[in-house]
Amino acid sequence: MSFITVKNVWQQYADQVVLEGLNLNVNEGEFCTLVGASGCGKSTFLRLLLGQERASRGEILLDGQLLAGEPDSSRGVVFQRYSVFPHLTVLDNVALGLELPRSPLLGRLFGNAKKDAREQASVLLQKVGLGHSLDKYPAQLSGGMQQRLAIAQALIMKPRVLLLDEPFGALDPGIRKDMHALLLELWRETQLTVFMVTHDLSEGFSLGTRLLVFDKVRVDPHAPGAYGARITYDIPLNSDRRATRAAVDALPTELAGTLRTA
Amino acid sequence: MRLINRHPDRPSRLLLVILPFALVLFAYFMGSAERLLDNPNDKLLPSAVQMTDAVKRLAFTADSRTGEYVLWQDTASSLRRLAIGLGISALAGLCLGIAAGTLPLFGAPLSPLLTVLSMVPPLAILPILFIVFGLGELSKVMLIVIGITPCLARDLEQRAREIPVELLIKAQTLGASTWTLMLRVVLPQLLPRLLISLRLMLGSAWLFLIAAEAIASTDGLGYRIFLVRRYLAMDVILPYVVWITLLAWLMDWGLKRLTQRAFPWYEGARA
Repeated sequence: MSFITVKNVWQQYADQVVLEGLNLNVNEGEFCTLVGASGCGKSTFLRLLLGQERASRGEILLDGQLLAGEPDSSRGVVFQRYSVFPHLTVLDNVALGLELPRSPLLGRLFGNAKKDAREQASVLLQKVGLGHSLDKYPAQLSGGMQQRLAIAQALIMKPRVLLLDEPFGALDPGIRKDMHALLLELWRETQLTVFMVTHDLSEGFSLGTRLLVFDKVRVDPHAPGAYGARITYDIPLNSDRRATRAAVDALPTELAGTLRTA
Repeated sequence: MRLINRHPDRPSRLLLVILPFALVLFAYFMGSAERLLDNPNDKLLPSAVQMTDAVKRLAFTADSRTGEYVLWQDTASSLRRLAIGLGISALAGLCLGIAAGTLPLFGAPLSPLLTVLSMVPPLAILPILFIVFGLGELSKVMLIVIGITPCLARDLEQRAREIPVELLIKAQTLGASTWTLMLRVVLPQLLPRLLISLRLMLGSAWLFLIAAEAIASTDGLGYRIFLVRRYLAMDVILPYVVWITLLAWLMDWGLKRLTQRAFPWYEGARA
């Protein structure tokens, strides 16, 4: 059975249909890139997956369970902007994800627990290349660094699904390339299922193992809101990476673990 | 060069800062000297010497009846009322603002209520406060609280709404409950804004304090000014006004420094 199942999902605001009859099966560990014209519902679909919005019709299943109707720690997210907390240092931005679930009363840890959380956070930050800026505030970081931070922040929760809403849209091309490398590396190391909305077609093709194109099939010129977008193309990509992942998944777990971290 | 492109350098900026103050003082003392020359008993524009004498009498000579130093006694009473009033307002404003700004279910009833309450002229309900809370300390503090809490709450509600929804979503994906989200994300982002709001409200707070003291009090800076008005004692009133202004300016400056010190991230995050 597939990891994420989308069954006949419609999303409609007043008389504006955004998505219509969406059906999709996604296996665990796939890297789906979502492309399409502006306003065709890619980001809406991402918000549905995130739980920020509920579908007007149809259902989305995560691992056989109906998707929780509000954001939670099973799904990480990185937005194009405003993904990190301006009032926390880089280190605390990431450690926050360890503190919040463990301390329901104060939302913060003390003593050794706090030290442990910061230790874990700093290991992850080293990996995304922010090891030297632990004590800085996000406003002191460049755009690319802030997105690295946002990714680290999402990954500290070990989510099963990572949702990216044009995460590199505001970055310079050179920096974008570095971010692609980082993202692919992290994807290879974890079991993550990734959904990434992008405007950049080449980014969509080079990163994904599956490219989903959103487009309106039917257009009524007299009622532009009458019909919504569907997934018009569903293209498997980068078969080498898919094959590698499948092969690794087929190995006994302990061996697979060592391979992944290698 | 166009006027809009001309900037003062350091020394000339200093000169420009001092200039208006110097002009005001100069105009005052010229006028004072002229009037006193005509009539040495004139009380309207006292000279520097007369004012210094008044300050010496009030600040550095024990009152023969009570043994207290009047200026310091007045200052302590007024500052205590102001501090209690501002403290309560800050706390109440923060709680109301966060609740109304982050929780739609609380915002729906609170938001219109706060809007209406902030339109009530506080001085108009001062008689009600005197009737309900008596003429003691409580009614004076309450006037400050009632006067500035709705405005603080409305401002903070607005700021809470301005926190990008992305941050609230992100916090939820990091495992935050409503309570921890408010505690770790909303509250810390609003604290610097609270201090800025308080700075803006300081003027109103002083206004309410002095009004309340003028009407019913036995000490306080406002009480003294209105008391000596009967004797046309401008030599006391003017130094008191300067002293109040200085205190207000110091509080403003202190809050500004506190904002910079306690929330170093704030300036950068707004850019």
